[in-house]
This record gives sequence, structure tokens and C-alpha cells, in this order.
Amino acid sequence: MLEIKNLSFAVDADGKDKEIIKNISLEIPDGKLYVITGPNGGGKSTLAKLIAGIEQPSEGTINFCGEDVTFLSVTERAKRGIAFAFQQPVRFKGIRVLDLIRLASGKNLTPAQACSYLSQVGLCAREYIDREVNASLSGGELKRIEIATVLARNALLTVFDEPEAGIDLWSFHNLIDVFKKQRDEIKNRSILIISHQERILSIADEIIVLRDGELIRQGEREEVLPDLIGTSSAVKECRGVTQGVDQC
Amino acid sequence: MLNLSATEKFLLNEIADINDVPAGAFNIRSNSQSVLRQSSKNVEIVSKEGVSGMDIFIKPGTKGEQVHIPVVISESGIKEKVYNDFFIGDNADILIVAGCGIDNCGAHDSQHDGIHRFYVGKNAKVKYVEKHYGSGKGAGKRILNPVTEVYMEENSAVEMEMVQIKGVDDTKRSTIADLKAGAKLVVRERLMTHEEQQAYSVYTVNLNGKDSSADVVSRGVARDNSYQKLDLKIVGNAPCKGHTECDSIIMDSGRILAVPALEANDVDCSLVHEAAIGKIAGEQITKLMTLGLTEAEAEEQIINGFLR
Ligand SMILES: Nc1ncnc2c1ncn2[C@@H]1O[C@H](COP(=O)(O)OP(=O)(O)OP(=O)(O)O)[C@@H](O)[C@H]1O
Ligand SMILES: [Mg+2]
Repeated sequence: MLEIKNLSFAVDADGKDKEIIKNISLEIPDGKLYVITGPNGGGKSTLAKLIAGIEQPSEGTINFCGEDVTFLSVTERAKRGIAFAFQQPVRFKGIRVLDLIRLASGKNLTPAQACSYLSQVGLCAREYIDREVNASLSGGELKRIEIATVLARNALLTVFDEPEAGIDLWSFHNLIDVFKKQRDEIKNRSILIISHQERILSIADEIIVLRDGELIRQGEREEVLPDLIGTSSAVKECRGVTQGVDQC
Repeated sequence: MLNLSATEKFLLNEIADINDVPAGAFNIRSNSQSVLRQSSKNVEIVSKEGVSGMDIFIKPGTKGEQVHIPVVISESGIKEKVYNDFFIGDNADILIVAGCGIDNCGAHDSQHDGIHRFYVGKNAKVKYVEKHYGSGKGAGKRILNPVTEVYMEENSAVEMEMVQIKGVDDTKRSTIADLKAGAKLVVRERLMTHEEQQAYSVYTVNLNGKDSSADVVSRGVARDNSYQKLDLKIVGNAPCKGHTECDSIIMDSGRILAVPALEANDVDCSLVHEAAIGKIAGEQITKLMTLGLTEAEAEEQIINGFLR
């Protein structure tokens, strides 16, 4: 599905090149759910933006379904089947939830059809469908609408950037089911989730750990997860793991 | 069925969603003539003497009625000034739909200056919708200069929706409102200018009575080489609440000047203004591109939403 080779990304910081992604290579096969985790500022969102085409790598290549998409625009990648749920969703004045879901699906969905995506993320659909995606929505509402929109894309590869952030426990429970269902029921589709949550890590087929722009660990859940958990938070443990790697 | 040309029908549909003879009271004005008029039991429409225009009387206590007074101009070179006065009786509740569409395919300027005065009775409720539209490829300009005056008695409420989205070359809009105690005014203005178009919009709202309030929001998009000046002023002369908001998007070489003004002449006035001008946020375009839209399609969606 997705093959990333020797990917690097640098930004200009005070006149000097700052490498945010450092020579990362990874592969996501068809029909799998992968989770990327790691400390804050490790480069997870940046990697997701490189996959979606929002940022251009300074080196390396991205292949999607056998095609080199490294130089394709965001639009062209979206059309080929890459969807991306933002860590911080965008607000729009005057664009309604229904409009956004219709744009995402590429179809003139009926309100009832659009509602089904909202219901999946635990929003009482009728109350939200006509609301504007503007500043009047709470953070958690906006986040769930973002996820619903991306579900409506029915993409081959969907990247969710911290879908759990700002979401209440009940909706979070729903969300886990949605991800599981996506993986189990939809053949050949792949999901990449960026997350700090143990519950999400525990449904991954494979876990990838990023720190300081480097891929420091990748492996099957059974193998990686026990090293990550066991203390209070996954992030904390991540740091533990990375120290372990350093010592190797 | 309406006996109008295809262009006139098209304009009517654009500005007033009218495809056929509307229900209730109406006056359809086409190329400077009233072509169809109907009064109703509660709404009487009478021609003015000496000047063009109408007096429209809405009986006290009228409920759930509508008045449509669309204007279309399809001949090049027409210039007209029209005075329409609305006398809205106490406790009435009415929807007034105005609007002007100009199609100018000729070399001469076509211009409609509509002067609308509203005398709103005690406890009356008015919703006023006005849409302006221009079309035609002639070198002659399409010019609309609406003047709107609103005089509001105690506890009356007026909601105005004024939209100019397309094809009007020059517009000077002037709106004045005087509010007595407990009166409430809500204005939603939408302006889009293209090419070399110019739009000036000036509001002066006087909050004269205790607990009167006004909320004036103008949203504009200036594209190509167009220019907009938005001048929103609220004057508080009593304990009152006023809010103005000027929210604009500029594109290409468009220019916008926003001049919000507040004047408080009573210590218990609470007046707020907000003004923001900027281009479309890059992240909004990016988000829509991740949904498969091109950059141009994304811009179009964002603007359509913004001006909705
Ligand atoms: N345009 C930029 N200019 C400068 N620094 C940047 C830029 N974009 C990202 N960074 C930096 O790159 C690093 C990685 O950022 P990124 O958002 O990818 O981290 P993350 O792993 O998603 O973190 P979090 O867990 O907090 O979401 C951070 O230190 C960030 O400050
Ligand atoms: Mg991040």
C-alpha cells in the first residue's frame, strides 16, 4: 500500500537547516492497522503531512499502491486514495457539517446518509448536520466531525493524527470500535493512526516509534507493546524504550 | 403567468426566487414601469404622486404575510430613482422581499437608486431581504445605489439581509436606523466584488431608546482589482447594546477599507466592534484539498460558505 524510502524533511530555523524527519523508511501493507507513537515533537505529524503531500520532503520517496507519489499534489494524492484526519482540525465560516461530509464523500449524500458517519463517532447526528464548522463547535465536537469527514472518504489509506485528543471517554470507546471495524470489515484498506493511547496501541497490527525525527522501533504489537506499557502512560514509557535503544 | 421576457424572468428568479405570480401583495417593476401589482386585505400598495415609487401600508396586527417588490432592468441606459415607503402597523409581523437585477448588454450605464424608508410600528416584526444582481456583457455599467432608512418604534424588531453577490459595477449603499426603547435591529450584509467593481457601504445606527440593540455584520469578498469600503457606525444615546462586525476576504489585487466607528453618549452603553481582513487561510485550502478538491475548487467552496 504505502512504501516510504529514506525520507527526510528539513525546515529553515534561524538560517540553519533543521532536520525534523531523518532518513525514515517504512512500509504499510494492505489491510493492516499501524500505529505510530513517540514523544511530543518527535515528528509524527510531520510524517503524516509528508504522506498527505502537505509538506514536500527534502529527500527520499513515497510510493502509494505501486506509484511514486512523491511529487504529486495534496489533491492528486487524495484522489488516489489517501485520507488524512488533522491533529488540529480546521474551522470554516459558513460551511456546514453536511457540506463538508458531502465534499469528502464526493457524492451528494442525503442528510440521512451523512448522519451515519456522525453517528459512528458518537455525535447525535441530527443536531449537528446543519451546524457550521465554525468557532461555535467545541474542540471535541470539531475533532469528531473531522474524523467523520475522513471516514466518509472511504479511502484506501487513512491517516488519523491523534484521533483521541479532546474526545470524551464514551466517544473514545466508540472510536476504538470504528477503527477495529474498519480494519476487520474492509478488505485491503489500511489505517495509520498516530496516538499516545494504550487502547489504540493495543489494536495495532504493528507499532512504530518515532523520536527526534528518527524511526527507533518498529515491530508487531505483541513484541513492542509490552515494552511501552506497564507504567502510568505510554509516552513516559516511550521515553523508557528510547533510552533502552540508546544503550544498545 | 408572468408576461415578461426571458431575461426579465431570469433576473426575477435570481433576485427573488420568483418564477410565477407571487402569493400575497406584490409589485413587479420592469424597465421603469410597474408591470404587475396586487394588494392584499392587509397590505395596500399605492403609487406615489410626483415621484416614482410606492407607499406600502401594512395594517396593524398583520401576521405571517409577505410583500414582494422586485425591480428588473433589461434595457441599456435606464437611470431611475425610486422612493418606496413602508408603513408597518403596530404588532404586525411581515416579510418584505425587495431586490434589483440589472442586465446590461448595451453601451450605456443602467442605474437604479432605490430609496426605501421603513416606519416600523410598536412591537412590529419585520424581516427584510434584499438581493442585488447584475449581468450582461455590455460596456455600460450596472449601478445600484440603495438608500435604506429605518425608523423603529418601541419594542419593534427588524432583521435585514442584504446581499450583492454578482455583477454590480458600482454601488453606494447607505443605511440609517433610529431605534426607540426596546427596539432590536439585526443586519446581515454580504458583498462580493469582482474585476474593477467598487462598493461603498455606510451604516449609521442610532440607539436612542433604553435597552435598544443592534447587531450589524458585514461580510465581504474583494477579488481581482475590486475595491470595498465599509463604514459601520453605531451611536449609543441611551443604555443600549451595539455590535458591529466587518469580516472580509481579499484575493488577487482586491482592496478593502474597513472603518468601524462607535460613539457612546451614555454611560450605560455597551458597544463592541470587530473588524478583520485577510486572505483565505492556507490551512482551509489544504484541508479541502485533502478531500480531493483542487485549489481553485477549495477557494470557491470557502467563499461560497463565507458569503452564505
Ligand atoms: N515548519 C516548522 N518550522 C520549524 N519547526 C517545525 C516546523 N514544523 C514542525 N516543527 C518542529 O518539528 C518537530 C516535530 O513536530 P511534529 O508536529 O511533527 O511533532 P509530533 O511528533 O506530531 O508531536 P506531538 O506529539 O506533540 O503532536 C517539533 O519540534 C516541531 O516544533
Ligand atoms: Mg503531532
